[in-house]
Amino acid sequence: MTGPMTMAEKIIAAAAGVDEVRPGDIHTVEVDQLMSNDGTTHLTIDMYQKKLKNPHIADVSKLVWIVDHNVPCDSPKTAASHKKMRDFAKEHGITFYEGQGVCHQIMMENHVRPGELIFGADSHTCAYGALGAFGTGVGCTDYLYAMVTGKSWVLVPETLKFNLTGKLREGVYARDLILTIIGQIGANGANYKAMEFGGEGLKTLNMSDRICICNLCVEAGAKTALMEADEVALAYLKEHGREPKHLFHSDEDAEYARVYDIDLGNIEPIVAKPHFVDNVVPAKECLGVKIDEAFAGSCNNGRIEDLRVVAEILKGRKVHPLVRFLIVPASNTVYQQALQEGLMDIFMEAGAIVMNANCSVCWGSCQGVIGEKEVLISTGTRNFKGRAGHPDSFVYLASAATVAASAVAGYITTADRL
Amino acid sequence: MDQFTGTVWMLGDDIDTDIIIPTEYLALKTVEDMKPYGFYPLRPELPGLIQPGDIIVAGKNFGCGSSREQAPEIIKALGVSCVIAKSFARIFFRNSINNGLLLIENDQIQEAVKEGDRLTVYTNQYLEHEGKKYPIEALPDNLLDILNAGGLVKAMRKLNGLD
Repeated sequence: MTGPMTMAEKIIAAAAGVDEVRPGDIHTVEVDQLMSNDGTTHLTIDMYQKKLKNPHIADVSKLVWIVDHNVPCDSPKTAASHKKMRDFAKEHGITFYEGQGVCHQIMMENHVRPGELIFGADSHTCAYGALGAFGTGVGCTDYLYAMVTGKSWVLVPETLKFNLTGKLREGVYARDLILTIIGQIGANGANYKAMEFGGEGLKTLNMSDRICICNLCVEAGAKTALMEADEVALAYLKEHGREPKHLFHSDEDAEYARVYDIDLGNIEPIVAKPHFVDNVVPAKECLGVKIDEAFAGSCNNGRIEDLRVVAEILKGRKVHPLVRFLIVPASNTVYQQALQEGLMDIFMEAGAIVMNANCSVCWGSCQGVIGEKEVLISTGTRNFKGRAGHPDSFVYLASAATVAASAVAGYITTADRL
Repeated sequence: MDQFTGTVWMLGDDIDTDIIIPTEYLALKTVEDMKPYGFYPLRPELPGLIQPGDIIVAGKNFGCGSSREQAPEIIKALGVSCVIAKSFARIFFRNSINNGLLLIENDQIQEAVKEGDRLTVYTNQYLEHEGKKYPIEALPDNLLDILNAGGLVKAMRKLNGLD
């Protein structure tokens, strides 16, 4: 007879092949999937080719490689790095995507299954918890080890439980909710821990909302984020042609490090000010801050639901003449859907700049980087100093609605104030 | 590496991976090429000042943000012997051990030292500054083995009799 366990504990126990695990235990686990992108894969390949005596891949079917960070290439250096990744993937038969969208969106649309333990060489891998999978970010050395051996070690995390009740009010979004939570617990409030979301309030949130919430949990330091795969998640899975690996549920008497009760009805539009994601204030306290650029996209808020919100605000309006508004779908599937729904026409007529599906200015590389003293309002994941370009520039984070409204106004504002 | 002394460089809370190495410089070919841009958005002068064996002392949540492994690699390449912080972000923690960079958690020393002071580390035992001792937690043996070998890949090579 095993004691009560949380979802995180159950997934690790299954991956370790044991009946029971406890927070603080270290276990060797089998990893179900291994995602890597062009941020660091070239480093993994270098180590694989130069440092190993008998390099081999434990199970190539577990690997998914995605070129999404610098798409299309902005320099011969990144072109060389992509070529290395492309050639290696082809030689070894690794599932490979290039220019199809942001890695986490591709994974959610095509690969993640409830109950899996997934390593991603990217910090926002915790997004996969929206489908009840234990996704966690690792560096390229940990990635290489798991790629070669099929295994890795994990420290079983304590779990923080977020019990959601009520419903978000009109004009308030999942992005506002997760920024509120990060502000409440702090940028290291969940360090080494799992964040689990449940309660009646969760049922009111669609898959896009859930991905947005889980995705950003690493900004509170979380090792992973988890939601039980309910009918909403299973419908999404079915729609995308997949079956669960296993449906895990936290036991009712499972032990949590802390339980937070959050009434969704109390959440209001939020802005995270420079230069920390937990530096949050109600959006109304930032009204009037002049902006130079706006960005709607990323693994956090580049889905069709976000683009619909942006389109509703832009319809019949113009982007402010002194603002560049970048709209970047999170995947080509999203892009095509936006085309079919006529959203792209609205964006173009409003004067927005529509880009191909990629990470874009969220990680401050090839597209839309900002200059000295410039201000960006963004649905991206981070607002660290220099994240979007010049070291002396400023990034504010907000929901797609607040970003779109600000793009029209030329300064930070909320949609209901336009 | 039971005991070593270095000059202290002070940094604050939430030193993120974009501070340690901004995205713009990740495309450079080697860590050596990236080294001059370490801490660029915050203190661009640091790479030119840090001497081999120096010690970084910081606040909470050091290394938060991205999984980019170039972050601990650059700190190691600059010759920093260890980073002492109130706490570390978890991906950075794993990446540092895997690259042979010693991390020490301590939340007392920040009040005691100032930039330029000399600090002695007695590995797995305590920090010593101006005659006063500050106890530190011992790292588990398996992590210490990785560190002493110079990182995970080197530890595996050693384990497999390659080095």
